[in-house]
Parts: sequence; C-alpha cells; structure tokens
Amino acid sequence: MVISPERVLEALHTVKDPEIPTISVVDMGIITSVAVSPDGDVAVTMTPTFVGCPAIDVMKHDVESAVAALQPASYHVTVSFDVPWTTNRLTEAGKQALLKHGLAPPQEFTLELELDVLQQTPCPYCGSTNTELKSPFGPTLCRSLHYCHHCLQAFEGFKPI
Amino acid sequence: MNQNAVRELLHRMADDALIIAHRHSEWTGLGPLLEEDIAFSSIAQDKLGHAQALYQLLHEFGEPDPDTNAFMRNAEQFYSCHFVELPNGGYDVSLIRHFLYDTAEYLRYAALAQSSWEKIALLARKVAGEIKYHLYHARTWVIQLGAQGNEESAARMQSALNEMWPYALGMFEPGNTDAELAADGIYPGESEIQRRWLELVKETLDKAGLVIPSSADPVYGGRKGYHTDYLQPLLDEMTEVYRIDPSAEW
Repeated sequence: MVISPERVLEALHTVKDPEIPTISVVDMGIITSVAVSPDGDVAVTMTPTFVGCPAIDVMKHDVESAVAALQPASYHVTVSFDVPWTTNRLTEAGKQALLKHGLAPPQEFTLELELDVLQQTPCPYCGSTNTELKSPFGPTLCRSLHYCHHCLQAFEGFKPI
Repeated sequence: MNQNAVRELLHRMADDALIIAHRHSEWTGLGPLLEEDIAFSSIAQDKLGHAQALYQLLHEFGEPDPDTNAFMRNAEQFYSCHFVELPNGGYDVSLIRHFLYDTAEYLRYAALAQSSWEKIALLARKVAGEIKYHLYHARTWVIQLGAQGNEESAARMQSALNEMWPYALGMFEPGNTDAELAADGIYPGESEIQRRWLELVKETLDKAGLVIPSSADPVYGGRKGYHTDYLQPLLDEMTEVYRIDPSAEW
C-alpha cells in the first residue's frame, strides 16, 4: 500500500527537536518537502536552522526512523539548503511550543530583518516588551539572551533569522 | 563557469572561516564575561558550519570530503590570510579582528547572494542571515568600548586597530582569477569588496571614535600559501585528535 504524504507528516510530528523537546520538526519548519512516488518511495527533504547546527544529524536520524516505522517500499531523507530556513517558517503551534518551553518566539519580519527588533522582544513570562537584549548569542546557535525589566527575569529568545 | 576560479574563491573563504573559528574557540572558557565566552564560542560554531558547507561545495568539484580537506593539509596548502592566523592577543585585539573580519564576510556573502552561480547564491543567502548577528555583536562592543567606555578602553581599542589594520587589508589580497569571476557575474572581486568594506567599517569606527590608520601596507601572501609561523602549530593542535585515527566514526 502506498503511504500518503499526510500520513508521513503525521509521523514526523512525533519527531522533536533534541534541543527543544516541546517542538516537532514539522512545527519547527525544517521539513521542506514530503513526496511519495507512485511506487511508494518516500522522499523527505529537511533544511537546517543554522548552517552549523549540530543537531541536524540527530534530527535526520530521527526522521529516518519515523519514516521507516511506516514501512514504506523505500525512503530517503536529504538535508539541503535549497529552501533556506527562516524563523518565518515556524508554525503557530510551533511558536506556542517555544513559549511552553519558556522561550520567546521570534518576531515575524518581512523582507529585510532589522536586528533592532531584538531589543523589545516580548517576555515569555509576563508578556512585557520592556525588555533588553543582553547578548545575541545563547546556549544554542538559535537562541539569544534577554532581560525583562517588568518582571525582573532573565529569559531566552529564539532569534529571528 | 571557470571551475578553477570558483574553487580558488571557495578555498579562500572556507580556509579563513575554519582558521578564525579555531581562534574564536580559544576563548571558550576564558571570555572576559560569560556572555562573551558564549558569543565567541557560538560564532566559532557558526563559522565552522560555513567552512563545512564551502568544503562540501569543493567536494562536489572532486576535492576530498570536508573533514579530509579541513584536517589533512599542511600550512602551505592553505589559502587563508595571515589576519585569521594571528594569535588572539587580548580581548581588544580579538574583538577588533572579529569586527573587521565579519564586516568583510558580511559583504562577501551579500555579494554572493546575487551570484550568477545559483548554488553559492542559495548558501550565501542563508549564511548572510547568520553573519548579521556576528556583525551586530562586533559593532555593539566596538562602539561600547571605543566611545562609551573610559580612556583606557578607547586607547586599547585604537591600539588594537592600529596593530590589526595592515593584516586586515591582507584579506583582500587580489586573486589571480578576480577578473574572470567578475566577468561571469559570480563574485565582484577583492578590490570591489575592499572598497565596500572601507565604507562600512568607517561607519562604525566613526561612531566608536576610532581612527583608521592613515598609511599601512597590506600583508599579503596567505592566498598563495605563504603563512606566518602561527599557522602550522594551530593546525597541529586542531587536528591532533583527528590524526590519531582519520577513519574513526564520531
């Protein structure tokens, strides 16, 4: 039986980002295409968040396992920069998942990203925008460090890119 | 497309990124502030990723795989400029180098994002978004220590700038194939990037109250395989574990 692409996507929803376990690779926006050929070959393409993201190999392995569990005729998973990842690829559910993990979701941007937006990143705890960027680099490549002057807490943000 | 010209360009950029990544990583655990420790380490990790992606493109042209290319060559087989090989010095010197280097990289990738060679254009668009953060970090601190610190911080930044400037100019050592790359619409060439770089660094240096040295001879040679005595020891240290067993799976 040929597996539908929807079924594959559903399975990929169970694959989480190893560094932020509340978010799936689908909601993260790193799955750029899922195709199933008439003879049942499943092809999944992924794009890394950052070029040097050390988690990509783990995620690729996890995606392969999830696809293999569906027992398709054959499958292959490729990593490619052809569709570049940007934080605009995060789904609404993805942003909620980041908040749940205590991370400020990235702000949407159109065309050119101006990094000044980082200065008033809304606090994930109290929602205040009376915040300050402490450093554009955090514990992982995709995070930044902030401080909320309203609830007096340090927090991390997922940086727009 | 002239493949040799493109390979030369990729090698210059990949080797620069690899070597500066190693230098930045030497700040891991030693940064003057925890945030700076993390910043230099993160930037190092990004640069390694960029180098790997560029070595991957070279691999597709028939060169060895990225790890072999990065870890199995000797100093004279590298195309990096002297600027990236120099020891870190103090935080002032590292910061000035980070600022001057990332301004150049930002402009290189911005130019490559418009390249007629689709493959590099796609990668460049991606990398440019990351370099933006590197540049943002460097500019913030250069201005902070230059104009918003005290007399000592300003003097140290100026002296670091004077010391690094001739080496920074060496980043733009003309390539043999610059004219062909420009004619093919692949890359505008080093002298054009240098022109844009001067404009852009001046913007920040003005805000920081720092003055560009009035006369300096660029330090060339790296692009042709002539290096400082600092490169080989750096490579020895970087590849120490890898060379124990190059075929090991990590």
